Amino acid sequence: MTIILDPTDERIPVARQIAERTGSVQGVVGLLNISKPRGNILLDELDRLLAEGAPGVEIRRYTKPTFAKPCPDALRHQIRDECDFLVEALAD
Amino acid sequence: MIDAARAFTLSNLDGTPYVFDGTGPSLVCFVKDDCETCNIAGPVLEGLFKAYGGGINMVALGQSGDKNADFAQRHGLTMPVLGDAGCKVSFDWDIEIVPAVFWIDADGNVVTKFEGFVRDDWQALSDQITIETRQPVAQIDWDSLPAWRPGCGSKHFDPEIYDKLRAEADGSVLRARKVEVASGDDVAEFMFDQGFSDGLPLVPPTPERVMRMLAGTHRDPQDLVATVPPNMGVGTVEKIAINAVMAGCKPEYLPVVIAAVEAVCTDEFNIHGVTATTMGAATVVIVNGPVVDKIGMNAGLGAMGAGNRANATIGRALRLVIRNVGGATTGGVERSTLGNPMKYTMCFAENEAVSPWDPLHVERGFKADDSVVTVFAMTGGPVHIVDQTSRKPDQIAGSLGQGLEGVFMPKLHNLPIDALLVVCPEHINTLTVDGEYSKDRLRDRIQEVTSRPLSEMVQDDHSGAGIPVADAKKMDPEKLAKLAPKFAGKEYIHIVAAGGDAGKFSSVFHGWATGAVGSISVSRKIDLG
Repeated sequence: MTIILDPTDERIPVARQIAERTGSVQGVVGLLNISKPRGNILLDELDRLLAEGAPGVEIRRYTKPTFAKPCPDALRHQIRDECDFLVEALAD
Repeated sequence: MIDAARAFTLSNLDGTPYVFDGTGPSLVCFVKDDCETCNIAGPVLEGLFKAYGGGINMVALGQSGDKNADFAQRHGLTMPVLGDAGCKVSFDWDIEIVPAVFWIDADGNVVTKFEGFVRDDWQALSDQITIETRQPVAQIDWDSLPAWRPGCGSKHFDPEIYDKLRAEADGSVLRARKVEVASGDDVAEFMFDQGFSDGLPLVPPTPERVMRMLAGTHRDPQDLVATVPPNMGVGTVEKIAINAVMAGCKPEYLPVVIAAVEAVCTDEFNIHGVTATTMGAATVVIVNGPVVDKIGMNAGLGAMGAGNRANATIGRALRLVIRNVGGATTGGVERSTLGNPMKYTMCFAENEAVSPWDPLHVERGFKADDSVVTVFAMTGGPVHIVDQTSRKPDQIAGSLGQGLEGVFMPKLHNLPIDALLVVCPEHINTLTVDGEYSKDRLRDRIQEVTSRPLSEMVQDDHSGAGIPVADAKKMDPEKLAKLAPKFAGKEYIHIVAAGGDAGKFSSVFHGWATGAVGSISVSRKIDLG
């Protein structure tokens, strides 16, 4: 038998249950632009469609400082506190 | 040598277990078959056993595996001869030399201990046992024995045995989870199956190998070097050492790997983005300073590959740390469209000896005698620039500039993107044939020869890249005629010297998103302790 040492972080990832799918959209929907070129075009269109199709929904727009880095904690927490749904979009 | 006896259970020559409970009166002696002095002590041990064995516990612990039986037979030993398999008891009892003798009282205190063969010590021990156990004195012809013979080093100091013992001992500095690979499993295949590999075979990180690796740094194995993206894994010295073993590093490379991990795990460098980008960025590691010669890195012929162990394995170790500690697996957070061979490794040393310029680390604020690692996020390269006919400094500088046109794609200019130009010795000779040719002059020349009118950068049928037609239509002819150099500023052009004496072939690495939006190159001093 050979013994080797674990080269990984050894942490067990936290298993999270995905949010329940209710089949309807209500409350606050966040639209997160990750700052890729033309991401705003996609989100503008989505914004328009949501306003037409789900007029009772409040839409809030957010923007990551750069697509090349993870979302800053403060922005992530803000979105968590303010939104019921989030659409994160990119385009090129 | 310990002062209080410690219990052990070992096998007798016939395989039966022998339990020593750590108390006395007991005489314990460590011997090694191929030790001449142990063989002088062998008949003495038997003499002592014949005299006192009825009243005391007496055992010989052999360090020689199967040859313990030869030792016992050679000297006609009738006392228990136990196999100290793996030398664990030798290590635990902290001996240095064999033969090593311990005389232990009823409470387990070591009353007398010595190593080697000093006849007077052995004879005094015999007398002591006679007095303490009230048994007739042993009949040993002391005058026939040499007055003094040095012993031999205990077998547990053999490097492979010693590192293993240190790794497995209570109080070992190792904290990583031990993974047992069944004897029927191939270790190399097991590591592939566990996802530890970058696609190439790995050196198994056994505890003893990791202990040897850790000897390469003065830092505590549990020191936190960095939290490693993307999973923000805990990158201790030990975890880095484990990955360095797997990569094939020597212990003396470890401080370089540690500094490189520190450098890439900064917000500035943004290894998360470098790893995740579909563009296929990779870390290029450049090493400067005295450590280069100390560990045998290659800055000359073939510096960028292949054949030098330090260059190859330091870059690979860095990458394995990001994969295993950071959790960046291909298809997971690692999402490069095409990938990049530099993702296996890209590490070399600057050829400071041939460079007419301040070396990279001095340019970046370090002292010349500091050893420094610098990391760049690069998407392409090395792309060679071939010019065998330029003989004037501005000609070769111009060629090097034109060789940089390919960054991203030739049509795109004014790029706020890093490029790393590696100038070979023959091109340096041409640059400096008339005297000094500073890095800044070279940068200026690159910007000069790459300058093109904006009108050449408008999207067209040949290429949809560049300035949108609608934007171009808003520009007047004077604006469209304005010259745009390749780079948004000359500070984006990084220059180092490397390579062998022969050949007019410089090279360039193409950058990724540079600056706060992407990655900024980072230098870290290497802690050589």
